[in-house]
Amino acid sequence: MNGFLASDLFLLTLTLALFCLGGAIYRRTRLALLHPVLLTFVAVIVFLKAAGIPYVRYREATQLLDFALGMSVVALGYLLYEQVERLRRNLWPVTLATLAGCATGVLSVVHIAKLFGTERAILHSIAPKSVTVPIAVSISEPLGGNVAVTSVVVFCVGIFGSIFGEWILRRGGVTDPEARGFALGAAAHGIGTARAIEIGVVEGAFSGLAMALMGLATALAVPLMEKYLY
Amino acid sequence: MRGVFCILLCWLAGNALSRLTGGYVSGNIVGMVLLFAALSLRWVEAETVRPAARFLLESMALFFVPYGVGLIDSYHVILDNLWAIVVASILSVVAVLCVTGHTFQYINRKQSKKQ
Repeated sequence: MNGFLASDLFLLTLTLALFCLGGAIYRRTRLALLHPVLLTFVAVIVFLKAAGIPYVRYREATQLLDFALGMSVVALGYLLYEQVERLRRNLWPVTLATLAGCATGVLSVVHIAKLFGTERAILHSIAPKSVTVPIAVSISEPLGGNVAVTSVVVFCVGIFGSIFGEWILRRGGVTDPEARGFALGAAAHGIGTARAIEIGVVEGAFSGLAMALMGLATALAVPLMEKYLY
Repeated sequence: MRGVFCILLCWLAGNALSRLTGGYVSGNIVGMVLLFAALSLRWVEAETVRPAARFLLESMALFFVPYGVGLIDSYHVILDNLWAIVVASILSVVAVLCVTGHTFQYINRKQSKKQ
């Protein structure tokens, strides 16, 4: 029986089943904290614990998803292309806001965590916390970060940003729709973008643009910052 | 299928470039730039890539489930550093929101005034 439960096909099917179930629960409740991905994390962990299947086996079984994750990073190039007109028309605000956001995002999280005496491997894991998960993982893994920590922290950052982002922006005096969308995508990546699309078309488009550009800028900047700035 | 091929080819070329440059940036990120360049230069039509790219982008959240499940082995790493991670992340999100939002807004308004 355990051989069946630990088979590639069963674990993959289970993951997809739980993900779809999580999506259905999320659509019913509309609670941001019950995000389908978060529910799937927890449900899979509970299942593996209960069935006594080691994480290594689960990783092997779901290699297909790993591969697809790599492909989806490349597909972000398409997302960027879709927004190329907006990029051209707003070249300066977009470029400077991306650079400012990238530097702020990486340096603030690293230096604040450093005040707590956090070790370097953790700093590497959380440095790319403002960018979309697949890119964040591609940044932290080669530096020796812990990818499980990276994906969970990045994910929670996205949820936090999507819940409180609008309020923070309003309190902070950011009122233009373009700027609000861009900031949401820059701080809370895909999850912030999903929220921005709900707010409006302009917000959503600028948010997607910010997500792709922040990912790119952070991927280029973190290896350098890691050497010289923290 | 041609869309999938284009994406894989960009990734492959990205990996090759990444190796040649000593792995400074990982291959899939170089691949993302290459795909963007290929689309912008009209080497490939957007329609060719759209179905595959849309599918991948929409299902991205599913693809990183295995990483998150890694918590099963490394949850103690987060618990040991819980306060550092929580405080640093929250403050940093607030900082990123305000800095990007204001930079964008300031330059955008300045430019529209000129026109």
